[in-house]
Parts: sequence; C-alpha cells; structure tokens
Amino acid sequence: MATILAVDDSASMRQMVSFTLKGAGYQVTEAADGQEALNKAKSQQFDLIITDVNMPVMDGITFIKNLRGEANYKFTPMLMLTTESAGDKKAQGKAAGATGWIVKPFNPDQLLNTVKKVLG
Amino acid sequence: MSIDLEQFHETFFEESFEGLDIMESGLLELEQGEVDLENINTIFRSAHSIKGGSGTFGFTSVAEFTHDMETLLDQMRNGERQVSVPVVEILLGSVDVLRNMLNAIRDGSDIDVDNVAEMTVAIKGILGEESSATEVAVSQPVSVAAKGWLVQFKPAVDIMKTGNDTVRLLRELNSLAETAEVTVNNESLPPLSELDPEDCHQSWSINLIGGEVSEDDIREVFAWVDDECELTIESLADEENYVGPERRDDDRRQKEPERRRTERRTSKPAESSSIRVNISKVDELINMVGELVITQSMLSRFGEDEEFNASTIERLKDGLAQLEGHTRELQESVMRIRMMPISFAFQRFPRLVHDLSSTFDKKIELIMTGESTELDKTVLEKIGDPLVHLVRNSLDHGIESPQARIEAGKSETGVIELSAFHQGGNIVIQIKDDGAGLNKDKIITKAKEKGLVANGERLSDDQIYDLIFRPGFSTADVVSDVSGRGVGMDVVRRNIRELGGAVEVKSKPGEGSVFTIRLPLTLAILDGQLVGIGNETYILPVISIIESLQVKSENINAVAGNAEVYRLRDEYIPIVRLYNIFGIEPVSTQLESGLLVVVEAEGKKIAIYVDDLLGQQQVVIKSLETNFKKIEGLSGATILGDGTVALIIDIAGLIELYQKDMANVVPIKGGGLAA
Repeated sequence: MATILAVDDSASMRQMVSFTLKGAGYQVTEAADGQEALNKAKSQQFDLIITDVNMPVMDGITFIKNLRGEANYKFTPMLMLTTESAGDKKAQGKAAGATGWIVKPFNPDQLLNTVKKVLG
Repeated sequence: MSIDLEQFHETFFEESFEGLDIMESGLLELEQGEVDLENINTIFRSAHSIKGGSGTFGFTSVAEFTHDMETLLDQMRNGERQVSVPVVEILLGSVDVLRNMLNAIRDGSDIDVDNVAEMTVAIKGILGEESSATEVAVSQPVSVAAKGWLVQFKPAVDIMKTGNDTVRLLRELNSLAETAEVTVNNESLPPLSELDPEDCHQSWSINLIGGEVSEDDIREVFAWVDDECELTIESLADEENYVGPERRDDDRRQKEPERRRTERRTSKPAESSSIRVNISKVDELINMVGELVITQSMLSRFGEDEEFNASTIERLKDGLAQLEGHTRELQESVMRIRMMPISFAFQRFPRLVHDLSSTFDKKIELIMTGESTELDKTVLEKIGDPLVHLVRNSLDHGIESPQARIEAGKSETGVIELSAFHQGGNIVIQIKDDGAGLNKDKIITKAKEKGLVANGERLSDDQIYDLIFRPGFSTADVVSDVSGRGVGMDVVRRNIRELGGAVEVKSKPGEGSVFTIRLPLTLAILDGQLVGIGNETYILPVISIIESLQVKSENINAVAGNAEVYRLRDEYIPIVRLYNIFGIEPVSTQLESGLLVVVEAEGKKIAIYVDDLLGQQQVVIKSLETNFKKIEGLSGATILGDGTVALIIDIAGLIELYQKDMANVVPIKGGGLAA
C-alpha cells in the first residue's frame, strides 16, 4: 500500500489527515514541521507528501523545495494544504515544486478523493 | 467513507487554547516595542492554525472571525502594516473574543455574538474594509454542454518536475465523461538522441462526450497545472448550451467551504479534563510495571513449590525489599504524570500586569523565573486565583506611582518578580515587589480599629505584617475595583491552606515586600512522622518538623493562665499538649516522660507534646471533608499498614486552634475526634 508523509504543525489537523488516510488503508507517517519531515523523507521513501504551508522551524514551501531537489523525490507528488485566500502561496508553492494543493477547510472525503486521484 | 470529526475536537481545542496563549504573550512582547519578525510569524501561525482547524472541524464562525485577524497579521509580517499599540490592543482583544468563542463552543453554550460583532468591526476598521459580508459565495449558473467538449491540452516541457503526471490528468478527464476520444500530438517530440526523458513534448486534444460535464469540472482537473500548460476548452455544441440546475456533489469539492455542519456540540457540556503527558514519563511507568511483574513472579515462587528454610526467608526478604523499592518508584512515576510546569499558572501574568499597569497608571516590569518548576495539576489549577490576587495586590498597593517613585529616588518603573523553585521537598512561589513595603503603623491602626489587636499589645514586625491575612482586613485608602474590598488576603491564605500550603509576607519599608507561598509537591501523598498519644496514632508532616527533643524540666516555664513555654536555646516556644486539644487519655501528662516535637508553620513555632515517636513513612492522604467532615487542626486521615486509621495534623490549623484557645483562656474541651 502507498506510503504518505503528512506534515502539519497542528496536532488536530495531523490527526485528522492521518486517521482518514489510515482508514483508507494507506501507511501514514506524521511530521510536525518541515525539518522533521525532510529528515523522515530522506530516511524512507514516500509515495506522496501532504504538507501544511505555515509551520515553525521550516515552512512547507521550503520543505518542498528542499525535497524536490532530492534525486528520489524528483517526481513524487507533493500537495500543500493551503487556504483559499492564499493565492500567492499557491504560486510560490508551485515554483518550489509542489504538485498541487488541497484547499482548507476540507473534509475527509475531499482529502481522500484528491489522494486517490494523485496516487491512481 | 464518513469519519466522525468530533474525535479530533478535543485536540483542536487544546491546541487552539495553547495557540491563543502563544499569541497573547507574543502580542505583549510586540507592545513593548520588541518588533521581531519571528515573533510576528509565530503569532500569525497560531492564528492561521486556529483558522484552518476551525474551518475543517466545522466551526465556521471561529474561522470567519480568525480570518480577519490573520489578514491583519499577514500585513504586519509582510511589513505592509506598522506594528502600533492600537493594532496590538485590538489583536489582544480579539484573542479574548476568540478564547470566549472556543470556550462557548466546547461547553455547548451560546457565543456572545455582540462581542464578536463589535471586535469584527474594530478589525475591519483597521483593515479599512466596510463591514460587509466578505466572500459571499455567489452560486453562478453553471453551463453544461449538452453534447460535449473539445479540450486541447499542451503541457509545458517541465510539467513532470512538479510531480504532475499527464497520464493522471487524462485519466481524470476521462472519468468525467461517458466517452473520451483522445488524439495525441507528437510533432514537437525531438529525435531520440536529444530526448530528455524527464521532459514532456506531447500535447493532446480530447473530445469529451456525454456525462453532463461543465467547463468548471474540466478546469478543475487542470487546476494544479494552470500555469504549466496551454488549455483551451470549447463546447462541441454551442447552440445547445443551457443552464444546468444541478451539479454532482462530488465536483463541489474545494469550491466552497462546508457550511452545513452545526457549530454546537450536543454532548459533553462540562469540561472533560485531560493532561498531556510526555512520552518518556509513560515509558518510565511501563518500565516500572515490568520490574514489578518480575518481582511478583519471583515472590510467587515462595508461595508455590519451595520449602521454607533460613535461606528462603533471606531471599523472601530480599524480594520484599525489591518490591518496596519498585512500588515507591512506581508511585513516584505515577505522581510525575500529574506534574505540570508552573508556566501554566504564570502565563497569564504578563497580560494581567500589562492591563493593570494601564489601569493604575503605573510602570511595571514583570520578571518571571523558574517557570519550568513542576507541581501537581490540581495544585496548579487552584493556585491561579491566589496568585492573581497577590500580584494584583503588589501592583495596586505595593508599587508606588511613577511620581512617588522618582521622589523616593527609585527608578520610575517598578519591578514585580514572580519566581518558583524547589526547597526541601516543597514548591516555593514568591511574589516580590520593589515598592513602598507594608506600612506598619497603618496596619496596626487598622487592626486596632477592627478589634484584631488589643491596645497595648506588643507585636513583632512579622506578627504585624501577618495581620493582613486576618479576615476583614484591608488597608487600601481607596477601595479599588481591582484589589477588592477587604475580602482579599484572608481568602488567599485560606485557599493556600486548603492545598496544604502556607503563605507569609516579609517587608521592608521603602524597599518592597515578598510574599512567599509554600506548597506540597502533591496533594495525595505526604511524608509523615507517626506519633503516639495514648492509644492513638497521629501523623505530623515531616516537612514542618524542626526537631524532636526530650524535655528538661528546668526549661519549662509557665506563663499567664495555663500557658506553658519551653526554652529552646534563645527562644521561648509555646507547648501544645495534643491530648488536651483532641481530648485523648495520654500515657502520661508529665512533660518529662514524653517528647516535644518542635514544628513550624507560617513562621510560627510550637512544641507539640506527644507520648512517643513511632516512625516515618509516606502516607496516602484521604480527605476528611469528603469522607466525614472538616475538622479544625486536621488536614486529613490515612490508613496505616495494620489497617487502623491515623489522623494527619494540620500544623498551621493547630497553631491557630491553640492561639484561639489561649485567647479565650478556656481549655479546649475534648471532643472532636473521640466523639
């Protein structure tokens, strides 16, 4: 089954994302900021990255930029969790190498639909 | 798949309240002129998380309210808006509103709508917006081509470098319609020798037919690659366009926030209190339980197949010793789970001091130290109010006005120090100010007025200061709404005593005052000294014992009435015959045949006369109040190893009882317990 790295500094969002995806049978690893996520992604290969943008230590965009530079993450889908209002964040994210985004607020079904599409 | 989002609510509330605290302390720093970008970022992130979470978990009103705060903070962190006191004040107010909203939602009570509206107007005022509803989702008629669409998709060469996959896009497009006719265009494909396999040189044109597909549905598929492709969408049957009344539910995703869910939670109106425990503490517990299991299996062998002889008894003793060690460690580990850093109680003070300094027109610097000192969660929750009272008191009565301070040759800014530390198995919290100090003359005058002190009575400085803790005492010239009207310090002392603690004050005229609170580490367990009186066993808290001694008759002095004092080195210490207080038949009433235990509480010493010292052990405190009723001079009871009940003496209460007794010059009749 596909492995997913879920990155968010908010414990409740992380729990929700992780619980939803695990319920659908995915293997989920959690990280609370970009740096932690980067470390985890380097030690284990993930099939999909879902990351929040605003986080302490290392934000989501920097994290994506760094991870995209890794040879084994060249084509891995990376989704940002962003708010509707943050149009420029989407552009920044894309420039950093993000595949796409999931707009907050979202519900578990929306999350699953998107993940299913990306992972095929 | 439907997932009950309610299970995440508790976590959401917990982290949101934490976030609010972070915002609050960050904003207070900002207000003091420390404009630090990382700080603004942290505040922004907290607001952002609350907004995201509340939207996701269906608390739309919170999300909407936070949205404006977030916008304001975003402008601040991007340098588009100057950090100014009015803006920070409004943000601080918003934090309060938000906290109330979250509390109301969690408890299932109504949100104070007026309050929210008022603050929303204030924020929008700063943002320069009219207070019109933002982002009203206008549902536009959706055009659906009856027959189908021609989609031409020419991705950029490097589209795959963002992890996007053209195959996935085509597959998704295919899933929309009943049939899709796809033509691929390979014209721009370079010769194989020049081909970079990571590039994409193809383009596609797709005929989507049937399946009530709207143009938005198609745009949605390509939303992520909008800027990485050329996309044209043409209707296959322009003339047949019509306005479709419905859209499939699935396709509504990402377009509008969910507004259906209700805000109010139905169950759990009361707070369900939980604590976050560091995982290492839990590991420690598991480890101890493991040890305990091993010891248990070792001991159980003795009950089964082994014959008893001298050597097995030795081993049995070893095993029991181990068991004792493990039990104690386990107990300590469990206690540690309840321990939380005192920062939870301290964190409200920067805000309080900030608000109060402007109320009183005083300049105050607050210094906090020892915030990581841990104490029991229950104690922590209950110490908050007394602390607030003491800090307010220091601010109101302690620190002088800037004018008066300059005249006294001090710095204009007063300093209040709040510190916590461990001392001899106790937690000590000190509130120290560099204000005017307590005014002895004023206290005595007041005390005489109130009949707390008899004319001509001579008191030491400490005894005078201690008067402020007596019921009905207040020295404020003007009763302010902050320090209350004389229902202050006595309540503070009573609350702290209920926690098994003590409070005292030291003061120097012109230099300031120090309030010292001593608290037990935990409410559940006490290091006890067992003492025998007649057939009864009583327990004295080891912490308050100074020394135990055999009585030398030449050191006993009788003073007025039936009071006795004992001369210990240079001090005269009142003797309290415990059997008198509690009405027990002692082994002997001759002081020389028993022992005196000198104890201290709140700066006062007494020598308790007992028949015998029995031993020290940790005892589990059982409340008398919940199991029986509150009895003066006792703080609780415990069950000893042999099954008998022993009462635990409340030293401060006993001293008070004794003083009352002396004042009335009537011996305390027996009763209390024996009854």
